[in-house]
Parts: sequence; C-alpha cells; structure tokens
Amino acid sequence: MSALTVSALRKSFGGLRVTKDVDLNVEPGERRLIIGPNGAGKTTLFNLITGELSPDSGSISLLGQDITNVPSRKRPHLGMARTYQIITLFARNTIVHNVRLALLGLSPLRWNPLMDLKHQGHLTEQAQEALKQVGLAQIAERPLSQTSYGERRRVEIAMALAQKPKVLLLDEPFAGLSIDERQDVQRCLMAIPRDVTMVMIEHNMDVALDFADRITLLHFGEVIVEGTRAEVVNDPRTREVYLGH
Amino acid sequence: MTFYLVLTVNSVTFGGLLFLLSAGFSLIFGLMRIPNLTHGSLFMIGAYIGATFVIGLLGVKLNFWLAAILATLAVALLGALAERLLLRRLPGDQLAQVLVTLGLSFMAADACLALWGGDPLNVPTPDGLGGFVRTGIGAFPLYRVAVIAIAVVFAVALWLLLDRTRLGAMIRAGVDDPDMARVVGIRVSQLFTIVFALGAGLAAFAGIIGGPILSVYPGLDQDMLPLALVVVILGGSGSLLGSFVGSIVVGFLYNFGQALLPELAYFVLFLPMLLVLLLRPQGLFGRHVP
Amino acid sequence: MIARTLPIAVAVLALLTLPLWIGGTYYVNVTSQILFYAIFALGLNVLAGYGGLVSLGHAGLFGISSYVVGYMLQLGYGHTAAILMALAVGNVSMAIYALLSLRSTGIGFIMITLALGQILWGLAYRWISVTGGDNGINVPTRPAPFGLSLADSGNFYYATLVVFLLSVIAVAIFARSPLGAALMGTRDQPRRMNALGYHVLAIRFWACLFSGLLTSVSGILFVYYTQFISPQTLALTSSAEVLLMVISGGPGTLLGPIVGAGLVVVVKNVVSGFIERWNFLLGAIFVAIVILMPEGLVPGTVRLWRLATRKRAPAKAEIKTEGKP
Repeated sequence: MSALTVSALRKSFGGLRVTKDVDLNVEPGERRLIIGPNGAGKTTLFNLITGELSPDSGSISLLGQDITNVPSRKRPHLGMARTYQIITLFARNTIVHNVRLALLGLSPLRWNPLMDLKHQGHLTEQAQEALKQVGLAQIAERPLSQTSYGERRRVEIAMALAQKPKVLLLDEPFAGLSIDERQDVQRCLMAIPRDVTMVMIEHNMDVALDFADRITLLHFGEVIVEGTRAEVVNDPRTREVYLGH
Repeated sequence: MTFYLVLTVNSVTFGGLLFLLSAGFSLIFGLMRIPNLTHGSLFMIGAYIGATFVIGLLGVKLNFWLAAILATLAVALLGALAERLLLRRLPGDQLAQVLVTLGLSFMAADACLALWGGDPLNVPTPDGLGGFVRTGIGAFPLYRVAVIAIAVVFAVALWLLLDRTRLGAMIRAGVDDPDMARVVGIRVSQLFTIVFALGAGLAAFAGIIGGPILSVYPGLDQDMLPLALVVVILGGSGSLLGSFVGSIVVGFLYNFGQALLPELAYFVLFLPMLLVLLLRPQGLFGRHVP
Repeated sequence: MIARTLPIAVAVLALLTLPLWIGGTYYVNVTSQILFYAIFALGLNVLAGYGGLVSLGHAGLFGISSYVVGYMLQLGYGHTAAILMALAVGNVSMAIYALLSLRSTGIGFIMITLALGQILWGLAYRWISVTGGDNGINVPTRPAPFGLSLADSGNFYYATLVVFLLSVIAVAIFARSPLGAALMGTRDQPRRMNALGYHVLAIRFWACLFSGLLTSVSGILFVYYTQFISPQTLALTSSAEVLLMVISGGPGTLLGPIVGAGLVVVVKNVVSGFIERWNFLLGAIFVAIVILMPEGLVPGTVRLWRLATRKRAPAKAEIKTEGKP
C-alpha cells in the first residue's frame, strides 16, 4: 500500500492548465522531492493534495483510502500535514501557542468552550516535545513577533510534526533562509524518523538533493521525469528544463 | 392598467436614480475595495446644496441645471478631500475604512440637520419639464421621463469613459487586479482620487435630480445607502452593467413592493439579494466575491 | 496574583455598593444603561473582536428580542414567557443571520450584515400590524423576580448587575477556552486553521450563537429599562454605536467593550445635555479613534503607560506574517 497516490490529476484556472494528468506514487517512509522551475505548478499540486483546491478530475488517495472528496479540514485527521512556503503563523501569539493550536486541531477538545486551554498540561507537553525536535524548546514562550525568519520556518515544521502525521508535505522549507539557518532546518528534517513519509517541494535543485530517495521533475504542470536521484540528475530532459533550450 | 403603467414608469425612474448613485459606489468598491458608507450622505448633501440654490434659501436663486452642476462639483470636491485627507491614510484596512466612512456619514447627517433643519424641502420641477408626455397608452410626467433619459445618457457616457478612454482602461485594469495595476506603473494614487471624486459627484447629481421626485429630508442618506448596497450585491462590484441591471431590478422591487405589499416592502426588496448571495455570491455580473 | 485579583475585587465591590455612594437615582439609571450596553458590546466583541467578523446589523438582533418581549406582553403573556420567547426568537434569528452572513468574511460580511440589519429595521418600521410602526410598543410593567419589583431603579440596577457579571464571567471563560483560542485562530489565519483540521465555519457559527445570546439578553434588559421599543433602536446608528463601543474600548479584549460602553453612554447622557449635536460628536470620535488610536482605548492606554513608565521600552517591531487570508 502506498503512502500517497495521485492519479491523472487535472486542474485549470480559466484556460490555463496548471496540473496536467499528474501521477505520483509515494511509498511509506519514502523521501520524495518534487522539483521544477517557478510556475511549474508545484504549490498547486500541494494545494490539490491537501484539498485546499479541488481537482477538475483525477483522484488522490492517502494510505490506501480515497480522499479525493474528503474536505481539506478532515485530511489532517487522516494523517496528512503540510507546511507553507509563505509563512502562515499566528503572529499575535507565542511560539508554543502556535504549536498548541496545531495539536488542538486534531483534538476533540477544540470544541470545548469552558475549559482553560492553558491548564491542558498534556497539550503544552506535546507542544514542547515538537519544539524540542526543531530546537526551539528554550524559546517556546517567546512571542512570534520577536522571532527570526529562520525560527519561524522551524515553527512551521514543529506545527506539522506536532500533528504526528504519516505523510508530511513540505513546501519549500528552505525558502529565504541563510546558509546557517538552512542547516538547522536540514538537521530537523533529517532527524524525522522513517515512519513519516515526506514529500518536499523545492525549486532550487541543489538545496535538497541529499534529502531525496526519489525525485519528480515538474514543468508546466506536467511530470517530465521521475526516478532516483542519479536518474533524474543525469536525464537530458532535466538539463533542458533547467538550462533551457 | 394605468396603475401598473404609472408604477412601471416610477420604477424605471427610480432605477435610473439608483444607477447614478450606485455606479460610483460600485466603482469605488471594485477599484479601491473601499466600502464607502458615506455614499448615501453624498447623495443627500448633493440634494441639499442643489435645493438651496433652486429654492433660493441663501437669497441666490439659480436655474435648476446650474444648481445641479454646482452641487455636483462641490460634492465631488468634498469626496476628493475625504479621500486625500482620511481614507488614504488607511490603505487596505477595510475595517478602519468602514468606521471612518460611517463616522463621516454621522457627521454629515447631523451637519445637514443643523444647517437645513428637520422639515423636508420640496424641490420644484425644473422649468419646462412640469407637464405630461401623452402617448397612446397613457400620460406620463415629463420630468420622470427626462430623468430616465438622463440616466441612460450617463450610462452610455460612463460606458464610453470606461471602455474607450485611457482613464477607463486604467480603472478597468485596477478593478481586475489592483496589485498588477500598481506594478505596471498606473498612478493608482491619482486614479483613486479621481474615481472617488467621480463617484461622489455622480451620487450628488443623483441627489439633486432626484429632489423633485423624492424631496430632500433628514434620513434620506440612510434610505439610499442600503439601496446602493443591494444594487451592488445584486449586480456585482466594479461592473457597470451590473449596476445598471441591479438598479432597474431594485427600482421595480422597491416601487412594486411599496405599492402592493407595503408592510413587507423591505423584505421584498432584500429577498432577491439574499438569493443572489446564496446562489451567486460574486453578484450577477461581478467577477470577485467581495 | 494579588495584582490581578485586587482591582477586580475593588471594581465588584464598587459596583455592589454603587447606589449608596453615587448620589441619586439618575446616576443609578445611567449605570444600569452602561451595564446592559456593556453586555451588548461584549456580545458584539465575541464576533468582531475575537472572531474578526464585524457585524453592522447587530442592533437588528438586539431589537428583535426587545420587540418579542413587547409583543408577547401585548398579547397578554407573562414576563417569564415573554423573556423565554425573546431568547428563543433571538437565537433562531441569530442562527439565520449567521447562515446568511458567514458565507462571506471581511468586507463582504460587513455589507451583508448591514443589509440584514436594514431588513430587520424595515420590518420593524413597516410591519405595523405587529410592531406598531413608528409608534412602537409600550411595555407597561417590569417583572418582579422573587417578589423584588424591578420597577424600583435600585432593584433594576442589581438585577442588571447580576446579569452583567454573569456575562463577563461567561466571556472570560470563553476567551480562555480551546474554542475561544480556535475562534481567534480563525480570525488571524483562517486558511491555516482549516489546514490544521478545524471546521472554520462551524467555529464561527458557534461564536455567532454566543454573541447572539448576549445580544438577546441585553435587548431584553434594554426593553425593560426604557419600557418602550421603536424602530429607532434597530437603526444603523444603533449598530454603529455598539460597534463604536467595541472599537473605542479595544476589540478582542475583555475590558475594552465595557470601557467603551461606559464612554458612549456617559457621553450620550451627559454631553447631550450641553451639546445638541450628539451624532456629530459620535462620528467625530469614530474618525478620531480610527486615525489616532486604532487599537482602542484600553490597549492604547496600556501601551502609552508602558512607554511612560519604562523609559527604554524594547522596540517591538510590528512583524506581520505574510499570506493572504
């Protein structure tokens, strides 16, 4: 059984076809890298997989279950989590509250209007644990407005990890980071155990090659090449896409 | 039979006034994303200023059309000032814009009450338009027919402005994609002031030519603003055609509702709006969901 | 801990003993008004402050409950039946109002709620067989719970105070609860909240119902206070007034709407004695607050206080996360 399967997925905006019959099959525990130049339709593909957009045709299944028509808000409950390329955090709150919100999203407690959230010790503990994984446990109580860009990237990852996903989708987790910060993030990602399947988008090929078991090259919404690291890097079509003409 | 004919003419006339009012509202909303809650006030201020000169309250008695032009220009200037001095400080902050325009509308309403008092002003019909048009099916008040003609002329003129001129092209580009318009170097700042002044002027003009039909009274602003809102929700924001069709529909609903179901007139008026919201939230002719 | 509880204890004590020291029935009545308007403002704050959903039609919902009380009494029912019916109708109306307006957010929400508020006003104004039109409905008597006649302004004050304190406690509990945190999350990052597994629409719907309950309760207190209800209560001006209470005090805070209610009621009662043009002043305050102190009086004062007491306050850079809601 695959962790994530996408078949014959199509999406157009107006006349523009941004996803053209995309097939994707990711095995459990696999690290998959999706590369492609800007405008290749990578983020759109993620939005289709997470259900933030609905496809015109095709199907998506998660751990063998067809989720094509499952509303996006239910997909995290089935074991799917994502990070955003454009940081999407709760700027008024502390780091730990951001992660707590991620945990609460999967807990039936989220409907409770009477309890004091701060007294839910287990949520805070789990949040701290996730923050430890990304090396932010010491500054958990810091307001998000007083954190650096690199720290925010790691908060994004901590929020996804806190949900204990089976499939983790990472949308350009290195975007906008300095070399040092990039290494921090890389360490976090490398430390994630193999029971989590990971799919990462990156437009800069060099950044994330070490990460990948297999690579899918996307161009103008179409899968051009798919294979192992070596296969894709050495494929002439890859050069064509990246070097042009 | 004549009853329905008269009602129909009244509906179309009222629709014409609403079009003049809501075209500006719709453009301002569509282009600048500003929900201009002073729009009813601009209509009322225009009507009061115009009426002052038509009746000769200040000792100066002017020809109706001259008074209308004066009122239009004065209110257009007011609109430009409000945009330059206040709204411009709050770009993109719609809540703040709502509050500021709401605050301004309260100030305007109270100022009008202080200046012109609580009694309605009756504006006389302009010279030469007091009679009736006689046709095979009946006689219609000439002034109402003239208002319809004026509204149609303005609709065509606005359409030409938007469709055939450089200014219009810039406005359309701004409505379609405000960020892109900035990127390609349209001077959005100036454009906003022009559109705001244009919208304010149109509202004021509608107010004064509506004077002989509606009269001018405190609370006129609050009667008109929700109608403009309904028109824009029905027609879709930023669409001239939408404003036109929406205005005519609301004109009919308002007049027929008042005549046939007076107790539920407001309900009849807002019901189609709710249906549109439920079935087609971007409005009949709109492109974006507000 | 003492620093937090002491001011609250002093405030509650002051409110409990208020008729003894405030010096006159007139001021007791003004305080009663502040209290029920504060409940109304707290109710709107749940939506506008915590939920980021600015409703400009709340006076319509407030008025429905008032009208139901008046109408039920006119039909000959008792106070208990009238109040229960008002709560029921108020909440059902809120549910419908929410279903229609929650299809949109931001500016669309404001426009739709404004229009819905106008419908309710129009019904009150025109549906003369039920509402009496411009003449309104008189409420000849006030109830007498446990044999205490609320016709006495002191008793009415205490009844209002009890309801007010219960409302404050309810909002305080809600604001700290998981559901409250989720609501604030949907205000700041609705898309993210959805991706985290929250049902954004349902959370907003529950917030509407809570807001509607407080609004109904305050509407009932209002109609018993004035013993009269007319379409003016449902007008856009009234919706704007309560919104001004929330915005001026500080949206999304517990104390803000209460301070705002105090400010507006005092200005209205006291200042209108000196200046005729109350609405002009109201509008001017609106404009001034939005331009000068957009975060509201309570957070604004706290900020200024901190600046004044700490000479070198750490420059807190206002950093917004990107991303479109």
